[in-house]
Amino acid sequence: MSESVGVDDFIALGHTKGDHVLAASQVNSVTPNLCVQHVYKSFQSKNGSVYVLEDINLEIKQGEFVCLVGPSGCGKTTLMNIVAGLEKADSGVVWANGRRVSCAGPDRVVIFQEAALFPWLNVIKNVEFGLKLKGVGSRERRDIALEYLKMVHLTRFQNAHVHELSGGMKQRVAIARALAMNPEMLLMDEPFSALDAQTRWILHFELQSIWMKTKKTILFVTHNIREAVCLADRILILSTSPGKIKKEFFVDLPRPRDDNDVSVAEYSTKIMKELKVEIDKVIKCEMDADSCVECDIKCTTEVLAKTDIGGGI
Amino acid sequence: MYSIVKRAIFFSLLIGVWELLFRCGIWPEYILPSPLSVCKTLARGFQDQSLLIGVAMSMKRITIGYGISIGMGISLGLLIGRFRIFEETLGSLISGLQTLPTICWLPLSLLWFGLNDRAIIFLVFMGALLPIAIGTDSGVKNVPPLYIRAAKTMGAKKWNLYLAVIIPAALPHIIIGMKQGWSFAWRSLMAGELLIVCLGLGHLLMIGRELNDMSQVIAVMFIIIMIGILVDRLFFMKIERHIRERWGLTKA
Repeated sequence: MSESVGVDDFIALGHTKGDHVLAASQVNSVTPNLCVQHVYKSFQSKNGSVYVLEDINLEIKQGEFVCLVGPSGCGKTTLMNIVAGLEKADSGVVWANGRRVSCAGPDRVVIFQEAALFPWLNVIKNVEFGLKLKGVGSRERRDIALEYLKMVHLTRFQNAHVHELSGGMKQRVAIARALAMNPEMLLMDEPFSALDAQTRWILHFELQSIWMKTKKTILFVTHNIREAVCLADRILILSTSPGKIKKEFFVDLPRPRDDNDVSVAEYSTKIMKELKVEIDKVIKCEMDADSCVECDIKCTTEVLAKTDIGGGI
Repeated sequence: MYSIVKRAIFFSLLIGVWELLFRCGIWPEYILPSPLSVCKTLARGFQDQSLLIGVAMSMKRITIGYGISIGMGISLGLLIGRFRIFEETLGSLISGLQTLPTICWLPLSLLWFGLNDRAIIFLVFMGALLPIAIGTDSGVKNVPPLYIRAAKTMGAKKWNLYLAVIIPAALPHIIIGMKQGWSFAWRSLMAGELLIVCLGLGHLLMIGRELNDMSQVIAVMFIIIMIGILVDRLFFMKIERHIRERWGLTKA
């Protein structure tokens, strides 16, 4: 990674130059698909403005799978929203697919924590939604939608109502809906965090296989380090208050990876140590909220509940 | 099935009591007619087509007035729900006008349009407009922001955002507003027709009073109730059930 990325430290783990060394090294020659330069973002609170993001710089290459990890309230979602074009940065520039990001667009489809499927449409119509906006004809639209429903193994449910699906199925429909748009990039904002462990485990496999098939660029936000290690080529650790990219890790493990692989667990432990400092900072802040002026909007009660970062290591 | 039997017994009893009261002969027939004479009046009304013409005239007026207020009410509701400037201006006007009973528009309507159909249609329009606008407004305000964000990332902009997301997502509230609007429109229609000579159902009701023909009064009232029930059952209940099934609200 070049200096311009603004990473304090650089740690590459497990450089096994084997047959299955992957995207991270393959894509190095390709131009960046996403380029975030000097992004700052602050929010107003009763004690004045608080910086949530401070001088964020990052580049993601075509076809790369990058995970953004950090404790709750570190600004991961804010950064994601800025990349998506749903929020504006105070300063700094985001380039996506060669264009400067000014608003949301179908080249960067977001998959949210909740599936955000439309209850007035059935499953296949939900998948067709973006295509219809694009003006794709009804026959072609249906074929594309069916293709992606097949990819997430939900063809059987094409005519089901949204409320008849389980949480995991909804999220798979959301993935199919995003892929049907054929976007340059998928932005995933903790998409699996509301699901049970078993479903999440299955979806980790599915997402990896989809990524290997489609070679989409993916930016994936999570607070779960093991999830990040399981999925990503590269992991960016965001520090908290203010949010800065603190460290970068490359994961060169063979795919498909399993959450329960020993190697995944080992990687997670190493990253966990790095992140522990940040978590301690959040907890300290939480315990001592009155004296911690700068954290007042970030340290909510959910922080303590979410200190299972690392997936129970 | 069982409830239908219970209902049938209840209404037969009701008619029985009515017949009994009539036979006691306490009141003269122009105050309490017999059920049979009401039936006869109904049959005669359909035979000489006076009731049919009344129904047709009334339905024509309400269709026009209610139709216009659906279009304008939904547009107004969207404006108020989506744009702060309209909420602060039009929104406060609408919540103020809402306290005004619709019949209070009659004098204004008569002066503007004269003693004719258009005056009644205006009354119907004013009756339904506000509930529909308010229903739409609350529907738009209750659209989960996540839907809008999701649609935006899939490329929805301006008109598409309204047509493909905001209106469908607000539909349950819009339907509630339309249902309330319908009952307000129906009331305003009858009020208007009672006061203007116009061949509608309300006018037939008034003729019954002028001729001291109580059986005609009751017959027309019966028709008015039946139309109200039919529209509710055939139209609104079906749509509401469909929406509840779609959105998965029946289980809760």
